[in-house]
Formats: sequence, C-alpha cells, structure tokens
Amino acid sequence: MQRTLLAGMIGLVFGAGIALSGMANPAKVLNFFDLAGTWDPSLAFVMGGALLVTAIGYRFVLKRDKPVLEARFHLPTSRKLDLPLLGGSAVFGIGWGISGFCPGGAIPALGLGEVSAWAFVGAMLAGIFAARTIRVALEQRATQNA
Amino acid sequence: MTEFTPVASLFGGALIGLSAVLLMAFHGRIAGMTGILSGLLPPMSSDWAWRAAFVAGAIVAPILILGVSETAIGYQSPVPMPWVIISGLIVGGGVYFSSGCTSGHGVCGMARLSPRSLAATATFMVAAFLTVFVIRHLLGGF
Repeated sequence: MQRTLLAGMIGLVFGAGIALSGMANPAKVLNFFDLAGTWDPSLAFVMGGALLVTAIGYRFVLKRDKPVLEARFHLPTSRKLDLPLLGGSAVFGIGWGISGFCPGGAIPALGLGEVSAWAFVGAMLAGIFAARTIRVALEQRATQNA
Repeated sequence: MTEFTPVASLFGGALIGLSAVLLMAFHGRIAGMTGILSGLLPPMSSDWAWRAAFVAGAIVAPILILGVSETAIGYQSPVPMPWVIISGLIVGGGVYFSSGCTSGHGVCGMARLSPRSLAATATFMVAAFLTVFVIRHLLGGF
C-alpha cells in the first residue's frame, strides 16, 4: 500500500515536470526538432535539467545496497547494441517526429483532456501490444523449428 | 511558433529528474514510461499496482496544475488526426523493441551512462530531427 501510494506521488512529480516543461505540448516538441524552421530550443533545457538532477541523484542512490521499499535495484543488464535497440529507436524517432508525441509526454497530456492525446495513447498501446504479440509468435516459431 | 521557455523547461526537467531519482531510491525502478506501461498491458505483470499508481499520478498532475493556473500548460497538436494515430502505432512498436523511450533511455539510462541508452537516444533524436526536416521542408508539411 505504502509502495503504491508513494509511486502515485512520484508519478505526480513526473507529470508536473512533463507538463510544466512543455514536453506534453506536441507543437513545442516538433518545433525543437525543426532546426531549419521555427526552432524552439526549450526541449534541450528539459533534457539538461532532467539529466543533471538524475545523474547527481543516482550517484547517491545507487551507492546504497538496496532501495528503501524493495529487496534490490531493478537495472537493465543487457549491454548489446543490437538491431531491436537501434531499429526500434529509429522507428520510435520517426513516429515522434511525425506527431511530436512520445510516451512520457503523452501520458500526462491525457490529463489535459485533449482528444488528440487520447487518440495517440490508444494507438501507442495498440502498437506496444502488437509488437509484443509479434515477438512472442516469432520466438515460438523459432523454438518449434529448432 | 512556440515561445522559448528556458526557465519553465529547466524547472520542469528538474522535476522529471527528481521523480526518476525518487523512483530509484524507493522502488529501485527506472522511471521510463515505456517499461512502466508495458507491465500494465495484458498479460499484466504481478507488480502492476505501483505502475498503475505512477501513471495515474502522471495524468492527475496537469489537472491539479490547471486548477491553480489555467495558462501554465500549453498544448497544441498541429498534425491531422489520422497521422496522430499512425504515429502512435509507430511509436508503440518502436519503443517496445528499443525497450525504452525519452524518459527511460534519454533521462534514466543516459544519467547512468548506459551504452545502450546513449546509442538509443542518439538514434531516436537523429531520426526525429530528420523526420521533421523531411515532412516540413521537403514535403511541405501537413
């Protein structure tokens, strides 16, 4: 219960940061990427502020043996620069450049009650679900053929 | 045009960073929206409760802010609805395979100097710059 409530409060901080920074505004994000046109450098300040705080905070947090509420830290261990990582990132970047929505920006935008944000998130969840279904099917076929 | 907002963006960015530090300190988790959402789709992961709470908090925050100031949050989606939906499908497929997005790779992973996150972030940023250039300046925009 404590774990869930605290996650909700941390989510509030995340959503407030996204909303106040302008990351929930697709027009602003698209203008950041439009170097040759209506460039708005604000997004660099979002990334800069977020990275600075996270890099310093992680240094202290990850020195501890374990997090306050859990038995261990859940950190990604893979170090491979493989096709899913790079291909998936390129595909994500293309989608982000089309609409200006990314997952972390779009979820708080739902709270603004805008139809476009809800449409994006619905399609994005369908995309994640479809990608996972495809991957599971491919892996099953690979094991059957092996 | 959107207004350049260095102070609000830096402050908002710092709050995003603060949430990432807190989620690692208390839950030992990366504050990446892709990973958090993935565990909420069927079949839901057993630890769905904290994920749902984080997402709910992220959605409620702008509502609370708008209650205090109606002008604090700008929003404009300049792209036609069919393209918003197409982009959603593309983004969903992409972030599933890349195992992360701007928050997971771009903030948390970069802050840990993870080679995978550095490569992912460079790739999706370049892809987004190129996509906007092609759409707005080669194809004439929407």
